Amino acid sequence: MTTKPLVELAKTIRSKNAGVDQITFDVIFPDRESYELVKRSGALTAETVARLYAVPRERLTAFVEYDPALAIKFTIRRERPSGSPGERDVFGAQQYAPLFDLPIPVGS
Amino acid sequence: MPDRLSILSPTGHLGFTPIERGSFEIGVGRRPDAIVADSGSCDIGPQPLGSDEHCSPEEWQRHDLELMLLAARQLGVPMIVGSASDTGTDRGVNQYADIIRGLARRHRLAPFKLSTICSQVSREEVARRLEDGVRIEGLDGRPPLTKETLARTDRLVAVMGVAPIIRALDEGADVVIAGRSSDSCIFAAPAIRAGFPEAAAYYLGKVLECASFAAEPFMGKESIIGTVTPDAVSVTAMHPGQRCTVASVASHAMYERANPFFEHVAGGALDMTHCRYEQVDERTTRVTGFAFRRDPVYRIKLEGAGKVGERAVAIAGIRDPYTIRHIDAVIDWARSKVEERWGPPGERYQLYYHVYGRDGVMGPWEPQRAFPAHELCLVVEAIAPRFEDAEVVCALGTRNLFYARLPEVKGTAGTAALMMDEVLRGKAGYEWTLNHVLPLADPFELVTIKTEVVGG
Repeated sequence: MTTKPLVELAKTIRSKNAGVDQITFDVIFPDRESYELVKRSGALTAETVARLYAVPRERLTAFVEYDPALAIKFTIRRERPSGSPGERDVFGAQQYAPLFDLPIPVGS
Repeated sequence: MPDRLSILSPTGHLGFTPIERGSFEIGVGRRPDAIVADSGSCDIGPQPLGSDEHCSPEEWQRHDLELMLLAARQLGVPMIVGSASDTGTDRGVNQYADIIRGLARRHRLAPFKLSTICSQVSREEVARRLEDGVRIEGLDGRPPLTKETLARTDRLVAVMGVAPIIRALDEGADVVIAGRSSDSCIFAAPAIRAGFPEAAAYYLGKVLECASFAAEPFMGKESIIGTVTPDAVSVTAMHPGQRCTVASVASHAMYERANPFFEHVAGGALDMTHCRYEQVDERTTRVTGFAFRRDPVYRIKLEGAGKVGERAVAIAGIRDPYTIRHIDAVIDWARSKVEERWGPPGERYQLYYHVYGRDGVMGPWEPQRAFPAHELCLVVEAIAPRFEDAEVVCALGTRNLFYARLPEVKGTAGTAALMMDEVLRGKAGYEWTLNHVLPLADPFELVTIKTEVVGG
């Protein structure tokens, strides 16, 4: 099975606060073909994301395939509200990088 | 009812960085029916609200307010600013109102009406409601509000919906300076007042709230114009190099929210599940198919911040590969030396080690934690009720990185590089104590609207 890293298939991969208690991640594709390919691949799911970020599945509060924007989107609950002492990323803007290398099967 | 209404949105956060003048002036040339901008966010963390400070320089805030005010007065259309001065506290509303009065004098503007809407809420007010048995539900998995959590809160604001802004416009306001408000509501208010359906009006607000973030390619602080008709919203980029495309507008619908289908505001939720997007010209996308679901009980969001302690910060570098491999042992050593004198962390102090080059950005979410870089930057952060104590804890926790006892270390003259043997004072540490919703019998319960004549 051949794979491609997600970063080669997606147009945008980003993370950002969704309110003060959650960080939301958007993976947006340039065309329906790559969007459907990743959706069907089973490589980007709530389970694979939970494993990648080493968080229990329950911390993922949403995992949505959003057709109008050709996007897959998920949200992780923070350990502490944004900006608390010990904060690493007040805006939640740099949490997406590990998604880049996620291997997506693209056929044999 | 007019058949259409257009709103110019020049910035997603007034004052955060200055508005770009070029696309703003192109937008003003289109003669919009209102100029509207949001000026606050909870993204900036809890400190500005907790300590009641603005995080944007007043010079930039004045710059943006001046651009908007002069254009709005020249066109003779309303100007609305929500969440004044980053936090939307009464301080922010009063500060912006003063800037507006000063600008009116300086530019000798003809008389106009200025309305201020304050929405800061006292702790006592919320305590009274808790005692009356009102259940104040937590959002995003938080438990309902308790007296204990409220007691840890220094300052709180109620996030207003459209009702107070509509009332200010009814009072003849030419300029509205509002306290903390839902971003989309400050745009929806003039559209609802003009008679457009709530669904279209709230969608207009949703798509305009971050200005050029709804367009592509990525640019900040550029103007866009949204136009509402009874069943559609069209959005056009004003910067000659930007376009509002189906992709940029649809992907903006999910920006900064857990769920791309619903936008909650005071009194209900905008439902975007069945939205349809179509490109109508090169720079314009038209959206239809939205709905508005009114809540059975009118509820507004409460945001609150409370102080945790004073903050001290120090910086250390590590280059020795052996020390880097054993960085956790080094940190454990430094922590143990702090605990010897201060006991375990808790009420007296908190101590955090940010290990840049390993997992400083992502912490436990970092999958590459086992592969640190060839040099590390440690930022040591200490919090304590008094700054003097935070300073001592921080110094102890940093200097002991230098003295860590590792069995096979070769560099026996110190295991860390200090950029300077100095502890820096950070702004105090706060936390978001409230992210809750409060039921209200009347949308005007917690707001104060004042209207005055300015200029002339």
